[in-house]
Amino acid sequence: MSKGKYGIHGGQYTPETLMNAIIEVEKAYEHYKNDPAFQAELTELLNDYAGRPSRLYYAKKMTADLGGAKIYLKREDLNHTGSHKINNVLGQALLAKKMGKTRLIAETGAGQHGVATATAAALMGFECEIFMGKEDTDRQALNVFRMELLGAKVHVVTSGTMTLKDAVNETFREWTTRVDDTHYVLGSVMGPHPFPEMVRDFQSVISKEARAQILEKEGRLPSAVIACVGGGSNAIGAFYNFIPDAEVRLIGCEAAGKGVDTALHAATIAKGSLGIFHGMKSYFCQDEYGQIAPVYSISAGLDYPGIGPEHAHLHDTKRAEYVPITDDEAVAAFEYLSRTEGIIPAIESAHAIAHAMVLAPTMRKDEIIIVNVSGRGDKDVAAIARYKGENIYE
Amino acid sequence: MNNIVAANKIETNKISQIFADKKAFIAFLTAGDPSLAKTEEFILAMDAAGADLIEIGIPFSDPIAEGPVIEAANERALSASTTTDKIFAMVARIREKSTIPLVFLTYMNPIFVYGTERFFSACEKAGINGVIIPDLPFEEKGEVREAAKSHGLDVITLIAPTSQDRIQMLAKEATGFIYLVSSMGVTGVRSEIKTDLAAIIADIRQVTQTPVAVGFGIATPEQATTISQLADGVIVGSAIVRIIAEHGAAATAPLSDYVHMMKAALV
Repeated sequence: MSKGKYGIHGGQYTPETLMNAIIEVEKAYEHYKNDPAFQAELTELLNDYAGRPSRLYYAKKMTADLGGAKIYLKREDLNHTGSHKINNVLGQALLAKKMGKTRLIAETGAGQHGVATATAAALMGFECEIFMGKEDTDRQALNVFRMELLGAKVHVVTSGTMTLKDAVNETFREWTTRVDDTHYVLGSVMGPHPFPEMVRDFQSVISKEARAQILEKEGRLPSAVIACVGGGSNAIGAFYNFIPDAEVRLIGCEAAGKGVDTALHAATIAKGSLGIFHGMKSYFCQDEYGQIAPVYSISAGLDYPGIGPEHAHLHDTKRAEYVPITDDEAVAAFEYLSRTEGIIPAIESAHAIAHAMVLAPTMRKDEIIIVNVSGRGDKDVAAIARYKGENIYE
Repeated sequence: MNNIVAANKIETNKISQIFADKKAFIAFLTAGDPSLAKTEEFILAMDAAGADLIEIGIPFSDPIAEGPVIEAANERALSASTTTDKIFAMVARIREKSTIPLVFLTYMNPIFVYGTERFFSACEKAGINGVIIPDLPFEEKGEVREAAKSHGLDVITLIAPTSQDRIQMLAKEATGFIYLVSSMGVTGVRSEIKTDLAAIIADIRQVTQTPVAVGFGIATPEQATTISQLADGVIVGSAIVRIIAEHGAAATAPLSDYVHMMKAALV
């Protein structure tokens, strides 16, 4: 009965009011994922509109400076709208169009997914409403304006912890109110089936390209692929086509905030436990009574108390490793990549850079690391300045 | 107390009995809002005022099926350090004084993390007769089916305006009562209910005689009268929680008056 399982994780834990809407998405996706015309249309959008394939860039100075493995950066930050989020959004928006929907709703944390959804809505002629926690509209004010510029209505969520989790709650509530003409563009590999699978498929273009690119450039596979993990969409996209390559280590970097031994973190694998929330069975930061914990990270995009079910399963089976990265480490990596390579990464992606900085020097020079730079850091500049004690506001 | 608990165990399906010869009034409140001592007092007062069944909400940090009124009650209850264990203790105290059927309404995570078997065992021991789990659809019911059955609890089936072709599949295995969601969206008071409830109830009746109670958006005696002409029972949540939010610890008398009025409106 239960669908969309990854080992013990996944499923469809969602209110009855939404079940037919979810089944409708599931059936449409099952149909269109095997439809060559749909895939051709999506590829054209990804290439001509979003700017794919994204580059796999050899970070020569960083490699020389760290003195170990060769580091390649998968440049998802160069996509239109500045992050990997557009890959999924174009796929879901195209699917929503085929399903006859006229309105898109979405949650957003850092604002990247909201901006991508608002962009696709403008492009394809959808009405668009975005839900964003008040904490995040404050720390990502520019992205709020950007979404409005693109014609979206932004709802400021003031319930609960006023961050990504609460934005997801509110978007589910909104969807419950209006399913006939509305598609919920879930932004990560989470939620009830078919979202974890569908979002992963749309994001797997990252590793499909990266695998071919590294084989072309180096004639061999990397020793490790590193990506940051909140819900886990850029990470699963970066990992997916390497999963069968047992020699490739897959490493997800979780937000450790002020440290995993404090209460201020969002490190689900390091500190969470098994639960059922937001439509899925997976690991969550929560208390002994199953109350979801208020989590914290400097990065709005990783500030989420759960992780996608496929990651939970990759953790269980030990096919992937998950490491916690603190705010301080991420900020140091943010500055390091900016100065060393002239690339300002999103603070989310800086969590992956930070781990590469630790790992590369321990590896041989003939080994290769691919780091997924999931987004660009322009949106974070003011927040990082404030973190450093500068009095800068957008 | 022991006699009551024992009697409870024998009548495993005491929920459907409340619909036997009358329309039922079902009242919801959130446990621990504003305190568990007050929740206990409110439940006993609503029982005395004519309520036929009480739904006790176990507060959850992220109640995605709830509108702002009940969501705020969840936050108040959790801020008052309400826990599942303390709620079980409160239910046991109520059972010393009342035999009114009691069902829990909570989300899957508080049950799963408590330990599903342990949760249902504690429900049976405390004298809870059923559970309503808004984020557990038919497809995932296997998560609780065996534990609920072995401890004699009904897992209440929810049917929504969007259930359509699913109605008969859902209704077929319903026990206790069917919770028919009156409208799209989350819980909360509505001025108008547009769903064709009669048509849905007719679909349900084709496969089961399990009583149907309608909830979501009902607040006034007029609405209660209209709904009770179609259904076997009327469920009121947000309107009751709003009285508690307004009067706090002094809500006992207004709750009692409200339940009297609503019960009298059923036809």
